[in-house]
Amino acid sequence: MEKFTTLTSIAAPLDRANVDTDAIIPKQFLKSIKRSGFGPNLFDEWRYEDHGEVGMDNSKRPLNKEFVLNKDEYQGAQILLARENFGCGSSREHAPWALEDYGFKAIIAPSFADIFYNNCFKNGILPIVQDNKIMDELFTVKGDITIDLNTQSIRANDKEYHFEVDEERKRRLMNGLDDIGLTLQYADDIKAFEVQYFKNYSWL
Amino acid sequence: MPQTLYDKLMSAHVVREEATTALIYIDRQLIHEVTSPQAFEGLEIANRKPWRLNASIAVPDHNVPTTDRSSGVSGIEDPISKLQIETLDKNCETFGINEIQMNDIRQGIVHVVGPEQGATLPGMSIVCGDSHTSTHGALGALAFGIGTSEVEHVLATGCLWQAKSKNLKIEVNGTLDQYVSAKDVALYIIGQIGTAGGTGFAIEFAGSTIQDLSIEGRMTLCNMAIEAGARVGMVAVDDKTLEYVKGRPMAPTGEQWDKAVEYWNTLHSDKDAHFDQVISLNAKDIKPQVTWGTSPEMVIAVDGTTPDPDQEVDSVKAESIRNALDYIHLEANTPINTVAIDKVFIGSCTNSRIEDLRAAASVLKGKKIAQNIKLALAVPGSGLIKAQAEQEGLDKIFTSAGFEWREAGCSMCLAMNADKLESGERCASTSNRNFEGRQGQGSFTHLVSPAIAAASAIAGHFSEVK
Repeated sequence: MEKFTTLTSIAAPLDRANVDTDAIIPKQFLKSIKRSGFGPNLFDEWRYEDHGEVGMDNSKRPLNKEFVLNKDEYQGAQILLARENFGCGSSREHAPWALEDYGFKAIIAPSFADIFYNNCFKNGILPIVQDNKIMDELFTVKGDITIDLNTQSIRANDKEYHFEVDEERKRRLMNGLDDIGLTLQYADDIKAFEVQYFKNYSWL
Repeated sequence: MPQTLYDKLMSAHVVREEATTALIYIDRQLIHEVTSPQAFEGLEIANRKPWRLNASIAVPDHNVPTTDRSSGVSGIEDPISKLQIETLDKNCETFGINEIQMNDIRQGIVHVVGPEQGATLPGMSIVCGDSHTSTHGALGALAFGIGTSEVEHVLATGCLWQAKSKNLKIEVNGTLDQYVSAKDVALYIIGQIGTAGGTGFAIEFAGSTIQDLSIEGRMTLCNMAIEAGARVGMVAVDDKTLEYVKGRPMAPTGEQWDKAVEYWNTLHSDKDAHFDQVISLNAKDIKPQVTWGTSPEMVIAVDGTTPDPDQEVDSVKAESIRNALDYIHLEANTPINTVAIDKVFIGSCTNSRIEDLRAAASVLKGKKIAQNIKLALAVPGSGLIKAQAEQEGLDKIFTSAGFEWREAGCSMCLAMNADKLESGERCASTSNRNFEGRQGQGSFTHLVSPAIAAASAIAGHFSEVK
């Protein structure tokens, strides 16, 4: 997993509440058995005028010019600004895979759905919660926004905002650590737990 | 200190505690074909083996065709669906995981199969790469959906890192009217608290209305906890739970059963347990529900009208209402029972159990679906439910009314298999999500109970049971 320390980028403003993971990556693309390559189909139904299917040449499809990611000023954005309850619905990790594959490294929103929020950290994406008032300010930012994970701060329009992040998640993100490898350091603890556990709950 | 049911279930599984998260032991991992291939690939690349083989049970459900399956997996028309199911079969064989394959009579929707087989037991910690894993909480289990990285993590370590959720009790008291079901309770709750109302919480459903629900009804309710934003929905263990579990293929027997029951009987919140939030609702206020928009919280009673965005003071909400009405091709202030439908879907992990099929069949008996209904599907949640329904003659009631009677699977809930809506088609659906394009691009989904789906099929438009 790629390390996340600081990020400076323009931000694409997606001004809709309750954006669900179906909208982030429509279900027809879930049939891939791979982890990569979902970026061109991120927000597929909003982004293109036609209906997207697996195997299409996305570079030849008609774009919805009104959609935020298709506007010239947001090309290359690595930060996504969103509204309440971003990432609700299906638990598909294809949603953060698609966001990451597109190039987003951070998402700032007033709230996130739980499973999606977790999935972001597993894929090197930093989800940041800011209240509605600050979100309204961020939505008006024209230039770059800088996110510093170490100091837990966002700088935009000469203002600085603080954000909260779980210490352990921060450490893993900053160091690009693999969760499974870390957990297996506790293999002996897990084995010891199992011995006692199956004694107590012998029917399992 | 008095504990909530959630606290008890969590603390029984803690392997190791850190400041804000805990490593919890997972008793059961349910696996399906959509969210597992990348997890198995990850194990293979890292040369890791599953931690505990008999923790896992796999079943294909999302991609399976619900029509004739006599030619097996190789007969699946969609090459990509076929590849996903073949990949699951191959991965289970390679890693030695117990799989119920497509043409096994026990096959069905993973959240129906788990409880049916006794793979879901009270007190267990249960995960699956599917958000509707909350369903299993109906049996007093700690069950929640996870992403594919976590599927791989549980396979490799038998454990998962979890931050503790807050406790939310939703109490419903009183008697439900006839034709008001668990589905209506679920939709009503989501309408009251919103799709993010349960975010960060584990919900315990309690109160006399919940106690009066059957276990299948409780599964319908817990299934939709995630639509209220909560990963976990639970109901305390009672005699109905024990009766449901007893005799299931994977349930304990004899002395082990007695020992288990002794423990399971402690699986309820203590009398003075602290909840971070309590919401109390009255069963009398709950009418049959229909969603009008593109989120489960956009819901009204079947005799209600669509909202007017101009009357909404919150500008973000007004915009959401406008977007939803625009997408779903309805005007503000439309009585929902005047809206005609094209298709009807009875099935999904929310409403495909035998009681759901019985409820729909009781409404359909001796009736025909309306002329304007292009397709009505009845899709049992498992092969065993299908067999039982046929034994009871329910299939005949469905087919005489004009429904198609299908093989078990996720079917039209999510448009990943051949059962989809066409663009512009409107569906009365017993599933759980009405997001844009959920049942097919450009299609319109309205969530209802099995009884309302059946009544609407007969009327040709949304209707209460007449």
